[in-house]
Amino acid sequence: MLYSVFMLALRSIRRNLLRSFLTILGIVIGVSAVITMVTLGNGATQSIKTQISGLGTNLLMVRPGQRPGPGGGGAGVPQFIEGDAEAIASQIGGVAAVAPEGRTSVTVVANGRNWSTTVIGSTNAWFDTGNWKLASGRIFESDEQRAGAAVCIIGETVRREIFGGTIGQTGLGEQLRVRKFSCTIIGILTAKGQSGMGDQDDSVVVPLRTQQRRITGSHKVATLLVSMRDGSDSTRLKASLTQLLRERRNLAQDDDDNFNIFDTQQLAATLSGTTQVLTTLLGAVAAVSLLVGGIGIMNIMLVSVTERTREIGLRLAIGALENEVLLQFLIEAVVLSALGGVIGIVIATAASWGLSILMAMPYAFDPFINLLSLAFSAGIGVLFGYFPARRAARMDPIEALRHE
Amino acid sequence: MSDPLIQLRGVTKKYGSGVAELMALKGIDLDIHAGEFVAIMGPSGSGKSTAMNILGCLDTPTGGQYLFKGAHVESLSRDQRARLRRRFLGFVFQGFNLLARTSAQENVELPLLYRGDSASVRRAAATKALQAVGLGGWEHHTPAELSGGQQQRVAIARAIVTEPAVVLADEPTGNLDTQRSHEIMGLLMRLNQDHGITVLMVTHEADMAAYAQRMVHFIDGCIASDEPNPHPTTAAPAATEEAT
Repeated sequence: MLYSVFMLALRSIRRNLLRSFLTILGIVIGVSAVITMVTLGNGATQSIKTQISGLGTNLLMVRPGQRPGPGGGGAGVPQFIEGDAEAIASQIGGVAAVAPEGRTSVTVVANGRNWSTTVIGSTNAWFDTGNWKLASGRIFESDEQRAGAAVCIIGETVRREIFGGTIGQTGLGEQLRVRKFSCTIIGILTAKGQSGMGDQDDSVVVPLRTQQRRITGSHKVATLLVSMRDGSDSTRLKASLTQLLRERRNLAQDDDDNFNIFDTQQLAATLSGTTQVLTTLLGAVAAVSLLVGGIGIMNIMLVSVTERTREIGLRLAIGALENEVLLQFLIEAVVLSALGGVIGIVIATAASWGLSILMAMPYAFDPFINLLSLAFSAGIGVLFGYFPARRAARMDPIEALRHE
Repeated sequence: MSDPLIQLRGVTKKYGSGVAELMALKGIDLDIHAGEFVAIMGPSGSGKSTAMNILGCLDTPTGGQYLFKGAHVESLSRDQRARLRRRFLGFVFQGFNLLARTSAQENVELPLLYRGDSASVRRAAATKALQAVGLGGWEHHTPAELSGGQQQRVAIARAIVTEPAVVLADEPTGNLDTQRSHEIMGLLMRLNQDHGITVLMVTHEADMAAYAQRMVHFIDGCIASDEPNPHPTTAAPAATEEAT
């Protein structure tokens, strides 16, 4: 019985192909909007998470000044020195690596080309704190670090802009001119790509002492990068880090901290929380269009019931039961809206895939939202199809047959 | 003589209430036996359509009794009447009432679909019914591709495809020209004679009613006359005569 009613519904959809298509357009647009929004939103969240984990997992950035941000906390705030990093590494448990870091903007010259980039002075620990790998070459040797040797490791962007050619390969062993001195390129970093903080691959890394002696002329260190061991308690670690630094910076009991600790995990949570809120909002706006689509289905089903009054009268006269007519129109509405849902999913998959490529984001297929939209659109069919269907089923066959 | 197929006893039908009250049927007694071909005639408003609706179990009487095959059907529920209709009754309407953009075959299969017959059973029965009305080979034409007479033949095929006990035809020739009307009447007559189907027909055209074996006249909600037709028309007049 159900099967034959289902076939009846399919037939009447097929008989009115254009109208059926127009009817489901609202659902198609609604479903594809919802899914595209959510998929893109998930992609954005995912890409932010990847970028932040690219900064270094479980990374604490310690800077002078009371608040995070550029400027190093203004005048009069004492900077760090390399000894601070060594003290943290030796005195605080749960620390995987500590790297002092100084950054200077410079123009580098090699191979007849100029490139504006950032020189980072640090130790070998820097590669650990930032999860950096070498595409080719080697990291610094200890006597190079001690002596401040003229060696450098370049990022992928610098390599590409100056030497071109194969990724991670060219430029090794060449001389790179940084301000007033030349350094030998001993390694090339593996590319990480764009992050929320700009191009991470646009840098030249030199030993800390090389930077201090040959570029800045100061033994101060702007930032301490502290990476935690997996599973270590970041709150406790931050507390003991704060205490140690307060002692080393001779702060009295009632002085405020003159440094700040910035936790990348916190940043990740904040940023992905923000995009998730945005995703939910956009999805909700798109869901309204689903509702509008549902009302469209009800509208067309009502028109269809009125228009097909004689047909309904005939069906009733030749022996269709009330429930069979109800079911036929209900199934028609559900099949229509579910069909709209399926088409919507197809369009959404194509659109979000294409857009994620355009926006350089990962394509995050979410089976849950796809199933939900499909179920929701079928539910809309039941909800908005029921009223017209009941109207059809309750018709008086005599009146219906007389209808002009 | 066996028990009548249909028995109406004191059937009344009242529409509206109070000042607007209208007695459409004022106590009808009518017996119809299996195999009869009955024409129901009368001016508009005489109650013949109301009687037809009650006979066809599309409507229930306000009072009185209706026995179909000896069973009381006057107080059946909507769905019970629908089941009775799909099993025993076939309907032919003035306006054909075929589903548009649907092949003759599918139109004829429709009542079988509600009976839950399988596709092969439906196809065979529909083909047979279409052949019986002289439309073998027209299975895949849609109503728009058929003439009025052909459309009514499809409708008749739809009425007989369930092999009903009674076919109720409400002004079956009302929308057709004279020649097509005679063709349709000839077809109904043959179905009645060759297949033994009881035919109840409402008409206001005397030359169409002349095909029936019995004529029942309604006037003002009562049966004014109910008499056999001594010389039913057996063949359509020649087309040449029609032209004059």
